[in-house]
Amino acid sequence: MRSGDRDSIMIKDLVNPTNFNILVGKLGDALTRALDQPLGYAINWGRIWSLWPVHLETACCSVEFGAASGPRYDVERFGIIEAFGSLRQCDLIVVQGTVTRKMAPRLRMVYDQMPDPKYVIAMGACAITGGLYIDSYNVLPGVDGIIPVDVYVPGCPPRPETLIQGTMLLQEKIKRLKIR
Amino acid sequence: MDNLEQKFNETIKMGLDIVKETEEDRLMTLSVGPQHPGSGHFRFTIKVDGDYIVYCDPDPGYVHRGEEKMCEYRNFIQNIPHLERPIIHDSTNITYSYSLAVEELANIQVPLRGQYIRALASELNRQVYTLYWLAIYGIFLGHSTMFMWPMGDRELFIDLLEALTGARVTHAFNIPGGVRNDVPEGFKDRCLRQVAYFEKRLTEYEDIFYNNPLFRQRTEGVGILTKDNAIKLGVTGSVLRASGIPFDVRKAEPYDIYNEIDFKIQYMKTCDSFARSTVPFLDMKESCHIIRQLLDKMPKSGEVRAKLQPNPKGPPGESYKRVESGRGALGYYIVSDGTPKPYRVKISVGSFRNMLALPFLLIGSKLADMPSIYWSLNYWPVEADR
Amino acid sequence: MSSDRSNTQNGSEQKKANSDSTQTSMSKKTEAITPEFEGDLINKIVSKFGDKVIHVIYIRPGRTKILVPSHEIVQVASFIKDTLGFDHAESVSGTDYPKDNQIEVIYHLGSYSVDKLSSQILALSTRADRNDSRLPTLINIFKSVEYHERETFEMLGVYFEGHPRNERFLLPEDWADIPPLRKEFRIKGR
Repeated sequence: MRSGDRDSIMIKDLVNPTNFNILVGKLGDALTRALDQPLGYAINWGRIWSLWPVHLETACCSVEFGAASGPRYDVERFGIIEAFGSLRQCDLIVVQGTVTRKMAPRLRMVYDQMPDPKYVIAMGACAITGGLYIDSYNVLPGVDGIIPVDVYVPGCPPRPETLIQGTMLLQEKIKRLKIR
Repeated sequence: MDNLEQKFNETIKMGLDIVKETEEDRLMTLSVGPQHPGSGHFRFTIKVDGDYIVYCDPDPGYVHRGEEKMCEYRNFIQNIPHLERPIIHDSTNITYSYSLAVEELANIQVPLRGQYIRALASELNRQVYTLYWLAIYGIFLGHSTMFMWPMGDRELFIDLLEALTGARVTHAFNIPGGVRNDVPEGFKDRCLRQVAYFEKRLTEYEDIFYNNPLFRQRTEGVGILTKDNAIKLGVTGSVLRASGIPFDVRKAEPYDIYNEIDFKIQYMKTCDSFARSTVPFLDMKESCHIIRQLLDKMPKSGEVRAKLQPNPKGPPGESYKRVESGRGALGYYIVSDGTPKPYRVKISVGSFRNMLALPFLLIGSKLADMPSIYWSLNYWPVEADR
Repeated sequence: MSSDRSNTQNGSEQKKANSDSTQTSMSKKTEAITPEFEGDLINKIVSKFGDKVIHVIYIRPGRTKILVPSHEIVQVASFIKDTLGFDHAESVSGTDYPKDNQIEVIYHLGSYSVDKLSSQILALSTRADRNDSRLPTLINIFKSVEYHERETFEMLGVYFEGHPRNERFLLPEDWADIPPLRKEFRIKGR
């Protein structure tokens, strides 16, 4: 959609049903370019405070993820990690621990179905490198082979505080990103 | 003319054959999990005929990490940290039976104080596990308060365990020969205060959750697992005790110091989801009594861990040891060939055994009863996959 | 007493099994102490089937283990269930012995219905040839072995004849390697 050779096509050529997708993409690009300077801050600000994760549990770090939503750590007061049912309305995927060979295609499928913009947090040693299970026959050595990771949260399992800190790092990162 | 009419009739007939509804067409196949809030790390395929489930096929293995194979490449001590990962919120119990089995193989005697501390950590961890399970059960029946309250009280037990072992959930506290370290100063008072507070809270749980008419309607008479079927399917733990069979490994085959502790086996005879969700709650109450007794009877001083050689090993042989975990009997079958590494380790977990009851209970019940049946089985997919 | 028999018998299959160092040493060790209740249980089985069939590995307090040839295991299992009262299987596990070219499958049987047996685990074991590993299933006797046997099939490649689903269970659908718990399967880097 953003490739350079398409720029030479005139807008009027695009206004027909077959090229409708390209038209929408071009308009979107033009819109983001126009909005980036004046409104980029506001749009990123909106994204920062509504990081909703997909409810996909891959392994045992989900216990500490659950504890993070509990009353003591209560991450929802930051407006970030509110466990939510439908992945069509989520923009964050927290990979909660070990990704096995059986889970990997499902994880990629979930990631592909999420709408842009989407961010990934790899939670726990297993999701980063394979961790304790580095020599197991059924475990991926790190999740970054199948999906791009934004923030790595170390620990086995990470304490809820670490997860909160990782999410805050992601917020910092989003703040500096150009809007897409 | 006749020919044309015949052709027309045939065409109509063919069309009718296509449109005709078969038995299979009425069924709808649903895939529950692994990306599903209610299923956890588990997937099962169900077929529904209208409102009723007519087919169920569990498909575990999303967290199968090959623990049993990994065990053969590590020595008996190195195995402990990865063996507790299948159930990190009940990690003391899953390493308990492993330690017992290794002690039998290598002929290690555990000091008395070590045995008491071990049982104490195990009971505290049982509370942590059951509270987590109760929180998940509550939220998936749509009872948000029952998510927040147990999660909050669970943190208090986690604080106790953190003071005792040094880690929030993954303790690696039980090792062959005893426990890793002694109890900290002032632990007894802290523990007693917490237990007294928690017993008060349990009555509040009863009021808000177990006496809640909505909860009772969703669980009473749902998913009946009769005594005979429970024996036939070989279920264990709270699922078994809810079917009217008073079986608890702590009574049936007392390990360590459990024969000196006075407690009752909690069981119910109604066999439904309500019984299966109440028995762990009663276990928590009983566990509070056990913690008090353990603190009273614990020797004031002494060793907590037997001296071990660097790589403990025993003569060739095998042992099968089991303990009562939060989900039922948890057994380890270890074969040793005389080297410091085990030849074969088999973990027989309660979740895997209770999974057999899932298709049995779901087939014939309503789709709306699925969450209350599934979570009442006290099932943790990571442990079942190992 | 029954351990004595096990050492003196001369069946060809038992001799093969006896060559395994693990088991001979175990039976020698427990020769001195034979708990009464467990000894009676084993005696009942041995007197029914004879010592040609039942090979007693060890008798310890609460734990007993017998080895049965694979063509007799169904009869022995139904006798154990109907007469002795062991009613469910706690675990089914397989162990690979490349030295003997055999795979041992062990059913750890327990009892809920008989109070006296609640502390007992009877390990019923049988051996299959490693190259053509086929065993009769016990699913018609103990319903609780269904998933355990399916797991043993995929982890060790033991085909249970008569089991309705010898299929993938825990491993990924596209698993194309040898069964992982066989000894020749090496995990990476080790």
